[in-house]
Amino acid sequence: MASVTLDRIRKTYPNGHVAARDLSLEIADGEFMVLVGPSGCGKSTALRVIAGLETPTGGRVLIGDRDVTDLPPQERDIAMVFQSYALYPHMTVRENLGFGLRMRGVDARVIGERTTRTAEALGLEPVLDRKPGQLSGGQRQRVALGRAMVREPLAFLFDEPLSNLDAKLRVETRAELARLHRRLAATIVYVTHDQEEALTLGGRVAVLRDGVVEQVAPPMELYRRPATAFVGGFVGSPAMNLLPGQIVGRTDGATLGVRPHDVAIVGAGQGDVDARVDVVEPRGSELLIYLRLAGESGQEVRVVAPPEPMIPADTSVGVRFDRERMHWFDKGGRALGR
Amino acid sequence: MTGRHGAARRDWWTAAAVGALILATAFPFYWAIVSSFTPESQLFRSPSLFPRQFVLAHYRALFVERQFWVPIRNSLVVAGTTTVFCVTVGAFCAYALARLRFRGKVPLLGLILAVSMFPQISVVSPLYLLLRSLHLINTYPGLILPYLTFAMPLTVWLLVGIFRQLPAELEEAAMVDGASRLRTFREVVIPLALPGLATTAILTFVYSWNEFLFALSFTLGPERQTVPVAIALLRGQYQVPWGQILASAIVATAPVALLVLAFQRRIVQGLTAGAVKG
Repeated sequence: MASVTLDRIRKTYPNGHVAARDLSLEIADGEFMVLVGPSGCGKSTALRVIAGLETPTGGRVLIGDRDVTDLPPQERDIAMVFQSYALYPHMTVRENLGFGLRMRGVDARVIGERTTRTAEALGLEPVLDRKPGQLSGGQRQRVALGRAMVREPLAFLFDEPLSNLDAKLRVETRAELARLHRRLAATIVYVTHDQEEALTLGGRVAVLRDGVVEQVAPPMELYRRPATAFVGGFVGSPAMNLLPGQIVGRTDGATLGVRPHDVAIVGAGQGDVDARVDVVEPRGSELLIYLRLAGESGQEVRVVAPPEPMIPADTSVGVRFDRERMHWFDKGGRALGR
Repeated sequence: MTGRHGAARRDWWTAAAVGALILATAFPFYWAIVSSFTPESQLFRSPSLFPRQFVLAHYRALFVERQFWVPIRNSLVVAGTTTVFCVTVGAFCAYALARLRFRGKVPLLGLILAVSMFPQISVVSPLYLLLRSLHLINTYPGLILPYLTFAMPLTVWLLVGIFRQLPAELEEAAMVDGASRLRTFREVVIPLALPGLATTAILTFVYSWNEFLFALSFTLGPERQTVPVAIALLRGQYQVPWGQILASAIVATAPVALLVLAFQRRIVQGLTAGAVKG
């Protein structure tokens, strides 16, 4: 295993699209790093640059201490799990698993042993002689995983590997991936657009936007102390309320961020502001309430409230923000000290 | 109610149209087969849909007297070599054009297409002079080399389309797995493109097998004539041996038809099933 370093990576596609601008990221040996962000933020490009499938326009890629910027993928000794799995359809599961070893000229007996061992670990023995077309979605996913594992590479790259699974299987596989990481102590770079997946899996999470890293932090810190308004709004569900405001003593505008869990509903006139209940969504263990603030702005505020008492729509209420958990962002979206 | 009625009527129309199409394409072939087994004396009597008398005289005359196996052999050698050469070399060219990034790719593709655009008749005389100075008139290479001028662009264009349709992620996976470009080509691209390669090979073979103008111009005697030329030269000055001509047409069509039938499964079957998603 090895560390992976992106050093001021720039990537402009021939059609003029800028996918990465001065993107720097250090992934430690054995770390589970998740790259997350909306589509087009450059996370997939970053992964493909590490794999060697894209050549950066500028900057360097290091695997361990070795500069691999100009090396083709086959000389980087990394493994990648594709979103579509990209299993070789004309080969059996056994041949799929052994392909990478065969390409590296590993002895046939060793290939056999390692293939069998990997198949056992993933419960793939019964389907070793089938072709990908005869497998279920979950089995294909595990073959793709096995094909990466069997090689014992310097680092694993995952490109949204769970997005083709149904919801139940996705949660199961997510837990399996976390266990796998603990067992292998492998360096993993994992790309997803799903912030929940990012928080549950990542040792550290890098939030990307428009080709730059907005913040890199462990999941809970990302949630508690978002460095920018964008990170605040992107991480956490339901999303953070971002309200335009002004700080006393400053002339430029600012944004107040409050998570729906940190807003309390009180009687009308007793809170910081008054509001009217717009929509109430019961979610079993809690209510998600959409409020409209009084005044001309009519700003929407999402509040998570206990299921009792049930609050009917069109009620007038007061809203109180938890002072300890308010986030202030300046005009450019950067977090301000509390 | 009217909707279902309309659907049924559409089905009926479709069936009738398909039937008419099959009849129109298959009937001449059927007629040729029947006639090739009918004695010469009865060919121009009142025509009948079913053969009244069954003779092998035309075929016997074709192979014993006319030694028709010579043009068949010539055609097999010329069309076969052209096909093998085109598909092997063409596959490399097409893969480069489909997947590699290099300067001038689009103009190159255009140039390849342009080569096949010249009217054949316009290049016959210059090609004749060229082949004569190379002492290649009336030889196999003297046919194969000119055939490449129209077969190669066809092959390359078809294969570029086929390679582009393959999911690029499979090749990327192979390269991350440690395979070089060439190895990826051999172990992943070729097996997946096999149905397309077979289709391309058949088309190239059929084109070369049916070619007439070059074959007529660049051969001198029966020892190097191909099937279409031999058939055309069957008609004598005073008589047209229709029975033999039709028999030879059957002989010329049969291998091509058999080839297509044999590979039909391969062509229709999608080999890439299960590769991505599903």
